[in-house]
Amino acid sequence: MVYSAEKLSEEKVFKDPVHRYVHVRDRVIWDLVGTKEFQRLRRIKQLGTTFLTFHGAEHSRFNHSLGVYEIVRRIIDDVFAGRPEWNDDDRLLTLCAALLHDLGHGPFSHSFEKVFDFDHEDFTQNIVLGNTEVNAVLKKVSPDFPQQVAEVVAKTSAKKLVVSLISSQIDADRMDYLQRDAYFTGVSYGQFDMERILRVMRPKEDQVVIKKSGMHAVEDYIMSRYQMYWQVYFHPVSRSAEVILTKILHRAKQLYENNYSFKNNPIHFYSFFTDSVTLEDYLKLDESIIMFYFQIWQDEDDSILSDLCRRFVNRNLFKYAEFDPAKEYKKLAELTRLFEKAGIDPEYYLVVDSSSDLPYDFYRPGEEEERLPIHLLMKNGDLKELSRESEIVDAISGKRRTDHKLYYPGDFLADESTEKELKKQIRTLLEINL
Amino acid sequence: MLKDHAKLMQAVLVSGEIIGRKKLQKMIYIAKKVSFPFHERFQFHFYGPYSEELTLRVEELCNMGFLNEIKEKKGGYFQYRYTLTDTGKEFLSLNEVEMPFLQDCLEDMNEQNARFLELVSTVLYFDNLSKEEVTDKVFTLKSSQRYTEEEIDQAYAYIEALKGKAKLH
Repeated sequence: MVYSAEKLSEEKVFKDPVHRYVHVRDRVIWDLVGTKEFQRLRRIKQLGTTFLTFHGAEHSRFNHSLGVYEIVRRIIDDVFAGRPEWNDDDRLLTLCAALLHDLGHGPFSHSFEKVFDFDHEDFTQNIVLGNTEVNAVLKKVSPDFPQQVAEVVAKTSAKKLVVSLISSQIDADRMDYLQRDAYFTGVSYGQFDMERILRVMRPKEDQVVIKKSGMHAVEDYIMSRYQMYWQVYFHPVSRSAEVILTKILHRAKQLYENNYSFKNNPIHFYSFFTDSVTLEDYLKLDESIIMFYFQIWQDEDDSILSDLCRRFVNRNLFKYAEFDPAKEYKKLAELTRLFEKAGIDPEYYLVVDSSSDLPYDFYRPGEEEERLPIHLLMKNGDLKELSRESEIVDAISGKRRTDHKLYYPGDFLADESTEKELKKQIRTLLEINL
Repeated sequence: MLKDHAKLMQAVLVSGEIIGRKKLQKMIYIAKKVSFPFHERFQFHFYGPYSEELTLRVEELCNMGFLNEIKEKKGGYFQYRYTLTDTGKEFLSLNEVEMPFLQDCLEDMNEQNARFLELVSTVLYFDNLSKEEVTDKVFTLKSSQRYTEEEIDQAYAYIEALKGKAKLH
């Protein structure tokens, strides 16, 4: 039997708290799960710093990747199979892309990418196409199979229907992470009737559409996306931890550029500092390595680096105030001046965080062809954009909501042993009462 | 302070007015690809390179009152026009952005139509591929736009001219 069609003699299952079981029959999928690059995802948290707010949020990208695979498997095996618009030859390609879609994520991805200016998606491509165990498995299917998988994950494949299962405004990726993040954070917002949505999904030319009868289940999904955004992903305490994490990386990089002598050589960071990261360097990095450095940097001589690391490790985070840039940018300039005068470096200790800094999004109806919207399949075969049919979705997607917060070290400002008057002025501006 | 926001404001300022969200997306993407320091992350979506981060920042700037957005009906769909408000100009005067040559490039792009900019941005997205492979990508991924080989040649020539304006050569 050819490798691509090979089945395991017995089905393997992973017990999963969200989908109950993740089922694997295909030999290729089983082999991919066993590769070292996929196993690495166990050591990378799905929600980065959110565990400092919601202590249950310790789940990994490994859990999520299996979840996305399972959702896609259910769609194509239970709903799409046999339908004329679906080509079953694409089954294995779709499953592999679903399983591997997050393969290039690194530890605390968002902060890392921001500071060191790279895109984890490039590493996903490199892992799939490079000299890796994942590539070796995929190549056994056919020489061009890694390229096909890479293109689906990059959303540049001509097989747009396959792409839309994994990446669209109602895709397996979002359906898994919303439910999984809700489960592990313990919030009740992320619930929606996924079984119902899967049953009403239909392949239609180059996109997945939803039968009109399933509109209310989709409304629930859109609501859960909206609520998770504000209640979990943009939680100000998690954002505070993210701000500190980003500043630690900035500081370490700056110190390196200024020839600072670290007590222990941060060898895992050198290629990031010098913008020369190889795939090998990248794959060595996981959250335990990062936390190791944060631990030892607590004892560094540089007071900013050691302070920021102590804050992150011991969860002594920055406080925050609501901030309206339009009305308060002059106040921010004044605060910056006062921080400098008080000897508290504003570059590291006075930070504006905006909702646009977050790697999550809302539903967009796709005006002006920005993004493909969710289409409802009407009884007569026509397609209609979701928000034109659903008042609930229209209400959410029509109203823009953005948010900005100003982060600062509350303990520094409360410490009156130095610069008492300046700190008092700062506290007055920030409306802090001791 | 809000440096990435300020860069976008600068882009709208030097362009005068940008008509269409799609055009705005493509202009910033192309500017980024020809080396201007925009940090918004772009991914390939159904209609080409798109940045959710950019969409959000523009929304934030509108909410702040720094950008003016006018929604107008055009045929069967809506179109948006963007200009910088007086408050935006005041903010920008206090938070200067140094991007020499940006004005030349954006003015030029602003004179092109969105369809052509969509082609240019797609060609740039695949700049690691050969011209033959890019042409193939354009024909398969953008089949509904029915671009011709001549237009693809024009896109390549345009990119070179733009790089010249951005002083990359």
